[in-house]
Amino acid sequence: MAGTITPVTMPKFGLAMTEGKLADWLVSPGDAVTAGQELAEIETTKITNVYESPAAGTLRRQVAPAGETLPVGALLGVLAGSDVSDAEIDAFIEKFQSEFVAGDEDGADEASSEPEMLDVGTRRLRVQDTGARDAGVPLLLIHGFGGDLTNWMLNQGDLSGTTRVITFDLPGHGESTKDVGDGTPAMLAAVARDLLDALGIDRAHIGGHSMGGAVALELARLAPERVASLSLIAPAGLGKTINQEFIDGFITADRRKTLEPVLQLLVHDKGLVSRQMVEGIIRFKRLDGAVAGLTTLAKASFENGQQKENLRPLLEAYKGPVQVLWGAEDEILPVSGSEGLPSEVPVSIFPGTGHMPQLEKAAEINAKLKDFAAKS
Amino acid sequence: MSKKSFRQAINEALRQEMRRDPRVILMGEDVAGGQGGSADNPDAWGGVLGVTKGLYTEFGAERVFDTPISEASYIGAAAGAAATGLRPVAELMFVDFIGSCLDQVMNQAAKFRYMFGGKARTPLVIRAMYGAGFSAAAQHSQALYPLFTHIPGLKVVIPSSPYEAKGLLIEAIRDDDPVIFLENKVMYDDEEDVPDDSYTIPFGEANLTREGDDVTIVAFGRMVNFANQAADRLEKEGITCTVIDPRTTSPLDTGTILDCVAETGRLVIVDESSPRCNMATDVAALVAEEAFDALKAPIRRVTPPHTPVPFASVLENLYMPDPARIEAAVKSVMGYKAKQEA
Repeated sequence: MAGTITPVTMPKFGLAMTEGKLADWLVSPGDAVTAGQELAEIETTKITNVYESPAAGTLRRQVAPAGETLPVGALLGVLAGSDVSDAEIDAFIEKFQSEFVAGDEDGADEASSEPEMLDVGTRRLRVQDTGARDAGVPLLLIHGFGGDLTNWMLNQGDLSGTTRVITFDLPGHGESTKDVGDGTPAMLAAVARDLLDALGIDRAHIGGHSMGGAVALELARLAPERVASLSLIAPAGLGKTINQEFIDGFITADRRKTLEPVLQLLVHDKGLVSRQMVEGIIRFKRLDGAVAGLTTLAKASFENGQQKENLRPLLEAYKGPVQVLWGAEDEILPVSGSEGLPSEVPVSIFPGTGHMPQLEKAAEINAKLKDFAAKS
Repeated sequence: MSKKSFRQAINEALRQEMRRDPRVILMGEDVAGGQGGSADNPDAWGGVLGVTKGLYTEFGAERVFDTPISEASYIGAAAGAAATGLRPVAELMFVDFIGSCLDQVMNQAAKFRYMFGGKARTPLVIRAMYGAGFSAAAQHSQALYPLFTHIPGLKVVIPSSPYEAKGLLIEAIRDDDPVIFLENKVMYDDEEDVPDDSYTIPFGEANLTREGDDVTIVAFGRMVNFANQAADRLEKEGITCTVIDPRTTSPLDTGTILDCVAETGRLVIVDESSPRCNMATDVAALVAEEAFDALKAPIRRVTPPHTPVPFASVLENLYMPDPARIEAAVKSVMGYKAKQEA
C-alpha cells in the first residue's frame, strides 16, 4: 500500500523488560530492508538480542541514536516506502512522540504480573502464572540444570497471548527452596505434579528444556493422565553424553571471569551472554544451599560426561503426542540425542543454534509450541 | 526478592544470622532500645538510625544488649567474647569513636591469631557509620577505613549498595577474623532488589559495575554510585569506563585492578577519605609499581582536601568528591598528551 509508514519501536523481550538500550543500528538510513531482517541490537538487563524488522520498506529515519536507553514502545526509527515524502515522515514522528506514553504499551497488565512465591508440599517455589485462565489446556514449562523461570522470558509473554502459561524455579534453583531431595528428575517430576495440584490444573501441555526435558518425561511416567503433550527442547535422557565441563564449571565457577566462558557453551551466538546474565547466575549461586543443591542434582543425572539414565523407554511408553526440538550446534547435549526416535515423533532441528533454542530461536520455538498444543 | 533499603538489608542479615547461629550476639550503645525506648517498650528505636530495630524483641536481652557509653569496655568485651567462642557484632555507632577503643581493636583483636600461634580465632564484627554529607560535623563524618586497612589482622568491608551490604555482612559474621564493617550513613534509605534468603559475597573479590575501554575508575562505598553516575554521563560523550568496586579494602583484589588498568591504560581513583595515606594513594602506588607500562596518562585521585570535614553544608558539599569532579578527572586523563622529548 502506498504511503504506509511503519514505526520501529523498542521491543519487549520478556515480561520484566521495561526499557532497553539501542546498542547498535544494523542498517543505515536509506537502506531497503525486508520483513524479518535484523534492524538493530537491543540490550536489556538480561540479554542482548537482535530486533527483526516488522515490515518491508526503507529505513527512512533513525530517530534514536545508538547507545540510547529508551522505554519499551519508544520510537527508534521509521520504515516507509520511497513514495512517502520527508514531510509526511516528519509529521508521523511528531504525532508519535506527542502521543507516546512510556509504560502504556499493549498488555501492560499481563506484563506487570510478577512471579509469586507459592507453598507446594514442603517446598516454597517461585512461580510465574500468566495468560488467560479460560483458554483451554495450560502450558507448564520446566527449565534445565542451573536455569530458572527467566529462561523462558522470550517465550512466556508471547505464548500468554493465547494460553495460560506457567513457569517456575525448580527446587535448588532461582528463588525456590534449595532442598532438592535425592536430586533425581523423578523427584523433580513429583514437585511439578504437586505444583499442578497447587494451581488446580488437571492437565497441561508440558515443555521441558535440558534436564527439564528429563523431568517432563518422568512426569509422563508418574502421572500420564496429567500430561496433554510433551515438547522436549534439547532434553536430557535421550542421548548418552553430556558436556561435563559445563556441569562442573557451572558448579565451581564463582566469578564472572570463570563463569562467562562456561555460560557461553550454552549458546551458539556467544554475544548473547550479557554481563547481567552472568551476574544474575553468580547471585543465584551465592545463596545459602545453592551450590550444594546443584551438586546433588548433577550427581543424580550426570557422571564423567555420561548421562546416568536412558529415558527413551519413558518416551516410548507415553501414549500422548511428543515433539522434540534441538539446536544443531548444541555444545551441552549433542543433537545426536534426537536420532532414532519413534517415527511418529516430529523432530525439529534448528541450524546455527546452541543449547538454548528457546532464547536463540524464540519465535520459531514459540510457533512450534503453539502449533503442537493446537493439534494435540 | 523484593526492594529493600540499605538499612533493611543490614537488619535482615543480622536477623538471619542470629536465627541461624545462637552464638551471634549484638552489643552497642542503644542497639536494643535507644532513643524513645522505655522499660515497657525497649524496642522503640533500635540504634540511632533504626538499623537494629526489632532484634531485641525477637532475640531478647541475652543476645541484644545496650552498653554503657564506654567504647573501650564494650569493644574489649566483644573481642574477648569472640576469642572465647561467641560471634559478637559490636556497633561502634560512628566510626569516629574508634579513638576511644583503638587498643582493643589494633593491639588486641587484630593480633590474637598471630600472637597465639594461629590457635586463637576472633570472629568479631565491628559495625560503624562513616562518611560526610549529613552535616554531622568533624567528629562524626570521617571515612576512616584507611586507618583499619593499615592494620594487619583486620578485614575491612565497605558495602556500596543494599545487595552488597546484606551479602557482605553475612560473610563478615561467618568469618573467623575480626572484620570492620563500615556503613555510609547517607545510604541507609537507598533501595534495590535484595534476595529474601541468606547469601554471602566473598571478601577480596572486586565487583565491576560496568566495563568500558577508556578509563578504569576504582571507587569505594558511596563513591561507587557517584562513579557510575559520572560514567553514565561520559558514555553519552563517547568515553566508556570500567568501574571497580573493591568491596573490601583488606583484603584488596589487586588482580582485578591491575587487569582492568592493563585494558584501559588510564586510572582514576575515587576515595572519600582524607587524601594522605588513603586508599587512593595505596591503589595509585600499586598500579605505578605493577602496571607502569600500561599507563597512557598519569593516575588521577579524586578525594576531599586534607582538612577536617566542615559542618556548614555548603562547605561540606565542596569538600566531598561528586560525579562532576569524577567526570572532570576522567576527561583530564583522556586529554593527556605526553611531552615531546627534547
